Amino acid sequence: MYKWLPFPENISTFGVGVDKLFMSIYWLTLIVFILVTITLVAFLIMYRHRPGHKAAYIEGSTKLEIIWTTATTVIVFGLALLSYPQWNKIKSPTQLPTPEVIVQVSAKQFNWDMTYPGPDGEFGTEDDLELENQLHVPEDKVVHIQLTSVDVIHSFFLPNLRLKQDALPNRFITVWFEAMETGNYEIACAELCGFEHFGMRGFLTVHSEADYEAWKAEMWPPQ
Amino acid sequence: MQENEKMSHENDNDEHHLPANGDNGTESHDHDHDHDHDHDHDHDHDHHHEESFISKYIFSLDHKMIGKQFLVYGLLMFFVGGGLALLFRWQLAYPERPIPIIGASQQYIDEGEVATGADKMWERIYESDKEEWLEVNMPSGVITPAFYNMLFTMHATIMVFFVVVPILVGAFGNFLIPLMIGTRDMAFPVLNMLSFWLAVLAAVIMTVGFFVPGGHAAAGWTGYAPLSADPQWTGVDWGQNLWAISLLIQGFSSLVGSINYITTVINMRAPGMTFFRLPLVIWSLFIVAILLLLAFPVLSSALALLIFDRLAGTTFFTSTAEGGGDPLLWQHLFWFFGHPEVYILILPGMGIASEMIPVFSRKPVFGYKSMVYAMIAIAFLGWIVWGHHMFQSGMQPSLGAFFMTTTMLIAVPSAIKTFNWLGTLFRGSIRFTTPMLHSIAFVSMFVIGGLSGIYMANTPVDIYIHDTYYIVAHIHYVVFGGSLFAIFGGVIYWYPKMYGRYMNDTLSKIHFWLTFISFNCTFFPMHILGIGGHMRRISDPTQYEFLQGFQGMNIFITMSAFTLGFAQLILLFNFFWSMSRGKVAEKNPWNVNTLEWEAPTPVPHGNFEQIPTVFRGPYEYSVPGEESDWIPQAQPEHAPATGGD
Ligand code: HEM
Ligand SMILES: [Cu+2]
Ligand SMILES: [Cu+2]
Repeated sequence: MYKWLPFPENISTFGVGVDKLFMSIYWLTLIVFILVTITLVAFLIMYRHRPGHKAAYIEGSTKLEIIWTTATTVIVFGLALLSYPQWNKIKSPTQLPTPEVIVQVSAKQFNWDMTYPGPDGEFGTEDDLELENQLHVPEDKVVHIQLTSVDVIHSFFLPNLRLKQDALPNRFITVWFEAMETGNYEIACAELCGFEHFGMRGFLTVHSEADYEAWKAEMWPPQ
Repeated sequence: MQENEKMSHENDNDEHHLPANGDNGTESHDHDHDHDHDHDHDHDHDHHHEESFISKYIFSLDHKMIGKQFLVYGLLMFFVGGGLALLFRWQLAYPERPIPIIGASQQYIDEGEVATGADKMWERIYESDKEEWLEVNMPSGVITPAFYNMLFTMHATIMVFFVVVPILVGAFGNFLIPLMIGTRDMAFPVLNMLSFWLAVLAAVIMTVGFFVPGGHAAAGWTGYAPLSADPQWTGVDWGQNLWAISLLIQGFSSLVGSINYITTVINMRAPGMTFFRLPLVIWSLFIVAILLLLAFPVLSSALALLIFDRLAGTTFFTSTAEGGGDPLLWQHLFWFFGHPEVYILILPGMGIASEMIPVFSRKPVFGYKSMVYAMIAIAFLGWIVWGHHMFQSGMQPSLGAFFMTTTMLIAVPSAIKTFNWLGTLFRGSIRFTTPMLHSIAFVSMFVIGGLSGIYMANTPVDIYIHDTYYIVAHIHYVVFGGSLFAIFGGVIYWYPKMYGRYMNDTLSKIHFWLTFISFNCTFFPMHILGIGGHMRRISDPTQYEFLQGFQGMNIFITMSAFTLGFAQLILLFNFFWSMSRGKVAEKNPWNVNTLEWEAPTPVPHGNFEQIPTVFRGPYEYSVPGEESDWIPQAQPEHAPATGGD
């Protein structure tokens, strides 16, 4: 990424696309901003009041109106077209990639309860593993998070994965990601959820394949 | 419009048949306005006896006084809202450190001694066994996380509902509409007074909320359910109820006001004042009144349901595994109101800037009609974009595409307006008066705010920046950089008509530059925080490792915010000081065409000696072949009668 923009490192597959889109809008808006500002400042200097100088009588120009209306419409539609596929890829419930790992995440004031299926690979059985605020996933695997809340609305925010999804009480929303780098990262709550909202912090550990197996063997010992 | 066209012709032969003017428009008196002064002032509420202090300054029916009341109300609330912001900005810069001056010293906290200054106060509080308000919310002068939530909730609530809307709509709307369309008062003066006093009642209730057990509302200005719907989640009991009740009343106040504005603009325009000769600020206020009329009832119904949930045990916004309501219902209702509301916050600002830019460029506004159509387009599109606040809310994601498209589209009329302002400057003769400086700041700040909107309208990018400081930056560039700069400019510009005096220009200029610089230092870095992923509404960012690096920036922002707050004291002082000490102003100090400057200063009850007749559009500046570079709308000689058409 561009060094002057302090993004946290991106580690997710779709995050690359999100960052690219951000940068396209960044350049687009920067250019528009610079052009508008230069025009504004130039006009202010060139047309400042001087004695003996009279303003021109110009009521408008239909041609110019049509040009800039069309131009901005085309630009914003173009931008929207670029974004539809990205959005669907990340959030569309009908385009979810097949999961290799599933974790249930339940938000409650002010913790993230992470439930792993355990050795039998099924939720709701006795060998489920519950961890507070600890999300462990393997690298380069599609992970599904089944997100819900037991009280108010929270928002599951993983800055490094460019992923954010609100958690709603009594609804189960599935989001996915695929992490490309191992390491430890932070999880934040992004939706105001009460007085300890600021402290609702979780931890994401992305393991390499081998590490992940070792972690499983330790945490989910086969009975 | 047809009728008005006819009317203006009638008036060309100076016959003064002025239907419905000065009357409340519901009955159609067709009386002749002769030049008899008393007859001229003859309408239902206007009696020519000496008014008592109470009927003149307190329960006034005069639109100008009500406008000024709203202005003072809004400015005072501006200082309450700003003060709250400075309190929580301190916490963000120095989490857990006592607030200087009002907080205890560190030594006192550590050792329980050193009884000087604020320490004395804290000692007294600790020794009394009452549950002191200060000790609950700010033990030793450190803001608790619960109090922090209250502070930002009330900051935004006050700024949106008690500052920007009352000033733009209540103050400018009331003061300008009758004067600029050339009539004697609003259609319904009593409703107008009611609108102000309801707003006062709402403000009182909102203030009381701070002092009830459990504290004030702490669920954000957006009041998302279920957090707001059940006291068990926040510990806030009557605070949230009072918040809802106060907003219900404020909504009623806006409703009453908007009916008044709409009726007045439709029925009471001076002869010859066709719709396309209305000044743009009147267009903006007219459109905003329609938006208010349609949007506020949606919020009111949501608030009523919220109150039922809290007090009557219903479950509109809460759900249990067995069923019940849905938390997203609140968000849909809130934002269905909320997005039109944000345009209510900006359209009159655009209108105000559109008045000042032509005046101080001595040029007609560029593309008058396209300015009007752009505002109408914004008002229509504003109803179908609300989902852009809910992209990550769990709303069906395929709706995202629709709301992204409509939101992007709304950038088009915004761009049209910007280009037209630039077009107005082009080949003008620009005078850098203080109101003009504010207008220029308005345009450039609005450009930044509009451009940052595009990032968030973009659904994939919004996944990352939603609920971060990026949005906080956006909001403030449009509402502070936009609406407030327009308000400051507008106050200085119309002050001579309101109070018969100028505001002190040196103080105004100092205020402008300090505000412009510290505003940008405060809010621009917030874009950067947002890019860094800094969440909004968190009381202690240092908890997060990935936000550690931003603490320096948070301190810088807080310092700038304090400067910004200080600069506003200059404005407040100047505003009140100039009422009695400012330089006395002539009738039309800026050489403006629009009708409000035809009225004598100070404007008497009934506004005009004689209702003016309008012959042309509002922006006939520097017309070729004319000696003077301005031709007032009411000046008959040069009657090309096409005006802005
Ligand atoms: C070009 C025009 C604009 C666009 C494209 C735009 C877009 C957006 C979007 C997409 C959001 C939601 C972001 C999120 O929650 O993730 C937003 C939030 C907001 N916008 Fe705008 N906006 C524009 C102009 C304005 C104007 C003119 C105002 C007000 C004067 C305004 C006030 C707000 C406010 C107050 C919020 C935040 C509400 C909250 O969550 O507390 N916007 N804008
Ligand atoms: Cu939370
Ligand atoms: Cu919106």
